[in-house]
Amino acid sequence: MTEPQSDRRSTASVPFYRDVRVLAVFSQVIVLAVVLLVLGYLFNNLYSAMAEKGFLPSLSWLGLTAGFEIAETVVPYDSTHTYSDALLVGLLNTLMVSVVGIFLATLLGLVIGIARLSKNWLVNKLALGYVELFRNTPLLVQLFVIYFVVFLQLPGVRESITLPGSVYLSQRGIFMPRPQLASDGWIWLTIVVVGIVVAALVWSAAWRREAAGRPANGLRPISLLILFGVPIVSWFLMAAAPVTFEEPVLGKFNLTGGLKFTPEFAALTLGLALYTAAFIAEIIRGGIEAVSKGQLEAARAIGLKESETLRLVVLPQALRIIIPPLTSQYLNLIKNSSLALAIGYADLFNVSRTISEQTGQPVAVIIIVMSVYLVISLLTSLVMNIYNRAVQIHER
Amino acid sequence: MKRLVPGLVIGALVLGSSAVYAQAGGRLAEVQSRGQLVCGVNGGLPGMSVLNADTGLYEGMDGDYCRAVAAAVLGDANAVEFRTLTADQRATAIQGGEVDVIFRNTTNTLSRDASWGDFGPTIFYDGQGMMTRADLGATTLEDLDGATICVTSGTTTEQNLADQMSFRGLTYEPVVAAEIDSVYGTYEEGRCDAVTSDRSQLVGRRSTFANPDDHVILDVVMSKEPLAPLTAHGDDQWTDVVTWVVNSTMEAEELGITSANIGEFAGGENPVVQRLLGETGELGSLLGLSNTFVVDVISSVGNYGEIYDRAFGPDTALALERGPNALWTNGGLMYSPPFR
Repeated sequence: MTEPQSDRRSTASVPFYRDVRVLAVFSQVIVLAVVLLVLGYLFNNLYSAMAEKGFLPSLSWLGLTAGFEIAETVVPYDSTHTYSDALLVGLLNTLMVSVVGIFLATLLGLVIGIARLSKNWLVNKLALGYVELFRNTPLLVQLFVIYFVVFLQLPGVRESITLPGSVYLSQRGIFMPRPQLASDGWIWLTIVVVGIVVAALVWSAAWRREAAGRPANGLRPISLLILFGVPIVSWFLMAAAPVTFEEPVLGKFNLTGGLKFTPEFAALTLGLALYTAAFIAEIIRGGIEAVSKGQLEAARAIGLKESETLRLVVLPQALRIIIPPLTSQYLNLIKNSSLALAIGYADLFNVSRTISEQTGQPVAVIIIVMSVYLVISLLTSLVMNIYNRAVQIHER
Repeated sequence: MKRLVPGLVIGALVLGSSAVYAQAGGRLAEVQSRGQLVCGVNGGLPGMSVLNADTGLYEGMDGDYCRAVAAAVLGDANAVEFRTLTADQRATAIQGGEVDVIFRNTTNTLSRDASWGDFGPTIFYDGQGMMTRADLGATTLEDLDGATICVTSGTTTEQNLADQMSFRGLTYEPVVAAEIDSVYGTYEEGRCDAVTSDRSQLVGRRSTFANPDDHVILDVVMSKEPLAPLTAHGDDQWTDVVTWVVNSTMEAEELGITSANIGEFAGGENPVVQRLLGETGELGSLLGLSNTFVVDVISSVGNYGEIYDRAFGPDTALALERGPNALWTNGGLMYSPPFR
């Protein structure tokens, strides 16, 4: 029982201003206070400067009628809607470009990244050339080139290039038939969904059997048969075609009806995807090359096939390295989508500039836009972090 | 955390210094001590302000008025630093004090007057028009039902277009870009069937097209667009200086004073001319300028008629008739309050 005694003596002998624990807390309180004071000073400064010049931000304009049209809308919108609706339209357009762009960039980046690892000289150098070209020129320049030199040089709308399946390609955009569910089309759709679920169950049963060391007994072909057979057979069993296609028709000025992608959307999405894919390719190549050679040799030594080596040994380790930098590329792509302004795509930033001009509230609009981008980016990070945690080593 | 603190202190210093700047004396004194006028212009608009590649000067009506203000304030028409602004940069440029005055084909409206700054006298009465490809055969807005129309973002034209089309029950698809070059480039490439803007701008940009004759400007005026100079709120003296420099060019035209003949008017009998040229009275010093500021203005840029003719006159490629921009004595709207 000597320990506690000596302990008590030591605390008693050290005054509080020399006690490390007290000092640690104290210094943190000081730093926090200084930071808060500086932030308060900055905010006060900003506020008084804005009050002096008479442009304190307000939000009362959000409910007013916007009075301007937006070309591309996912939700119904016209000039009689409010400013907040206009912002929503812009936000959805930004999200659409981001999601499609991220999907394309990942796909292309994966292909290029693997091509960079190829032992085929030509494939390897082509991929290298791609990466260096797109990584080392400004994105804005690439967008201008893709928009003005590629998409706007397509033939005029009356001389559209017609692709099979009523797909029209012109400088007014890409027009294609819009699938529409017939009145009892939902029955067919339900059958298709059930078919997909059953096929997936059969496939996973085959997988479990193999994992347990038993033969799959042709369960995989059965699964594929269900997946493709059910929709086709049930299509012909329906009284009328369950899905009809609305075809674009040439009006006086434009093709109307059908699904439409404007050249602005196409140029922006393609530009972002091509640019970001170059970075993603390098990340994927780096991640795969970071898996030590010994791991590969060990995998071969225990007799794993090439595909199994990739699936069971290389990818699980490479993903751990790939995911964090991949996340920042996704965030870059989302933020770069604000370059839409340059080529006239109605994204959040483009719409917000019109709004800030019409309302005379640039500060409020900028704060809203920044907050929205912040939220989108944080949500993306969150999702990617959850996925990242799933692929990390699980220590038991 | 500790690394954050120096950054914040620097940030505080930067913001703090801008707050002090705003409290400094009037804009007139600032321009005079700087020795140069910072003037916001469009920079890409024949007739209003466009860079002459040979002289390196901005030509056109807006460019000339920047020079007129510099001549009045500094006695040197070339003491101008031109700042090119896009349409949606105007509000922040003038509110933040980045430019002294904006002559950038800016429409005077109630909401802008309330939230952007103070407008001077109108230097050009314009109206929104519509340019379209001649081979489409459209003559009215109704003929453009369903068309794709290019428009600049952050302008009154965007809202006018929506108003006019929905009022007539017409549909259209807008293509909205920020850069004026993008807007007209996109139109010229054929992405749009029509492009809408102020008529002076349409005429000006058409003159830069590869085949100007392939494009027609419809005979419709969709709005009133009085283009006026813009100064920041809260500096009455500076706003008055800009206002009276503009007025002096109109007064001079009314009295027949030009840059060529202004010498003949010196020492004349007409008391109105004497007051305008500062030979009697102290009108200039009321504004904080020299009493002969009008002489500096007229001898360097000329009167309103000369400025107009250099920009839009019959000898230019634009050849736009004066119309409402004629003097009130000729049935137009240009009218200067008296100099007394």
